[in-house]
Amino acid sequence: MLKLIFGVAATVALIAAAFVGLTMEHHAKGHDALRPAASEFGFGPRASAGQRYAATLQPRQPLRVRQLHALPVLITDASGRPIEGASIAVDGGMPEHGHGLPTQPKVRRALGGGMYEIEGLRFNMGGWWELKLAIESSAGADIVTFNLNL
Amino acid sequence: MTSAKRLFAAGALVALLILGYATVRRVGDEPAAQIDAAMELALAALEPLPSDPSNRWADDPRAADLGQRLFFDARLSSNSRVSCATCHDPAKEFQDSMALARGVGITDRRTMPITATAYSPFLFWDGRKDSQWAQALGPLESPVEHGGNRGQYAKVVAENYRADYEAVFGRLPDLREPDGVTQVFVNIGKAIAAYERRIQYGPSRFDRFAAAWQERGTPPKDALSKEELAGLALFLGKANCTQCHNGPLLTNNEFHNTGVPQRAGLPHDRGRFPAVAAVKSDEFNCRSRWSDAKAEECAELEFLAPASHSLERAFKVPSLRNVAERAPYMHAGQFSTLAEVLDHYNRAPAAPAGHTELKPLRLSALELRQLEAFLRSLSGGLSAPAKFLGAPAEPKTGD
Repeated sequence: MLKLIFGVAATVALIAAAFVGLTMEHHAKGHDALRPAASEFGFGPRASAGQRYAATLQPRQPLRVRQLHALPVLITDASGRPIEGASIAVDGGMPEHGHGLPTQPKVRRALGGGMYEIEGLRFNMGGWWELKLAIESSAGADIVTFNLNL
Repeated sequence: MTSAKRLFAAGALVALLILGYATVRRVGDEPAAQIDAAMELALAALEPLPSDPSNRWADDPRAADLGQRLFFDARLSSNSRVSCATCHDPAKEFQDSMALARGVGITDRRTMPITATAYSPFLFWDGRKDSQWAQALGPLESPVEHGGNRGQYAKVVAENYRADYEAVFGRLPDLREPDGVTQVFVNIGKAIAAYERRIQYGPSRFDRFAAAWQERGTPPKDALSKEELAGLALFLGKANCTQCHNGPLLTNNEFHNTGVPQRAGLPHDRGRFPAVAAVKSDEFNCRSRWSDAKAEECAELEFLAPASHSLERAFKVPSLRNVAERAPYMHAGQFSTLAEVLDHYNRAPAAPAGHTELKPLRLSALELRQLEAFLRSLSGGLSAPAKFLGAPAEPKTGD
């Protein structure tokens, strides 16, 4: 009898596992990127990988899909002092879909007080986007990565 | 049956029931949970018509009237038999229902509908033009479409439209000068664009459903069938349609490789990849001397991403509004029915060149029928001033 119950339990477990597997495969969409925890999302302040900088996005209006955005960002050092004279390169994309940004955004001007303007930024679908700022100044080179939910 | 087998069967049945329940729940509950996602697709969410700084006459009603007459004028062709309306037939959603467009010859691509193209930063299947007026000029000088040239067309304007032209654009330039000819040619495009700009999509059954849902707070039972509702849930959910077909026009206006097969007998089509450089150096782009825009108003060109491998054989995402009314589908009419299109997305075959962005969907035959039913609920005709939805009235004598 024990053997029977064991057999039944095994069958149920196998079918359930197959179902879970199928569901997970569907959600992963063929890419292994794991969505970070909710606390990792947002406009910052966000520390750079090497802790040299902190960056804060300060959108003038809500970020919307399909629109070309100009997005101010505040760059400071780790202790909050504004960084002037930085050059910033913008990159990003959707890790779950394996594609980059649909446009090539640029930071062409500083607004003063450690503020810079990211121009030409577009998100062409909803979901998890990464926005990466490669910052270079006399304080060194470092990268800040934002996770945004559109 | 032994008791062992009986227990085994019972276990399997329980597992199957759990599986079935979960599947039904996921599909059935999605519309209610996804009201915001559905509302984003409704025509009510469409933003106002964006301005076109490259065309000073874009919103000039006299330019639109002149543009309509030029749109229907077959004298703007090498054999006096082809007008814009030949392929963009207002009786057929401003398209021609043919796999490949036929002007004075046969093109390599399917005619695109002109409806709501004022919302699109880049025009044509490959986006090689960046305004409606620059787009309109392309077919006029294509040897297989209108087949003529700007010199001939400027003469048609001088002989038949001088008063109307001068009322809108000012004095007709000297047509002995090449720049004078090109100026008139450009203004033909700008007048046609002022006309095309007025052609928009009308509300569909889906839009009426969305409006009633928003008003009452619960999905109305009568506006869409059960099958169409299930299709909407799939569209927003596991069929991944809104990856590209998002927003009220059901397009992100981008270019994607979805592994659409090459049409037999046509040269290899690389789609968006070569068009990135083409639009940057186009004679009539936003930064050209013929554009009315200031350099800083040409943001789409300024922030245009360089051609990358993902744009190899990528084609424009078309709007899905009125999609059921305009077979055949894809950039060269490769599929003759919506069912064939959905089967392609479900299987996600490898691309003939570049890489497809699709993954197999593994939808059942029932789910594919539900998706198709939803697509059919997106038909709502056109919205435009009545006089623009057909050939222009003959001008009165003495005008």
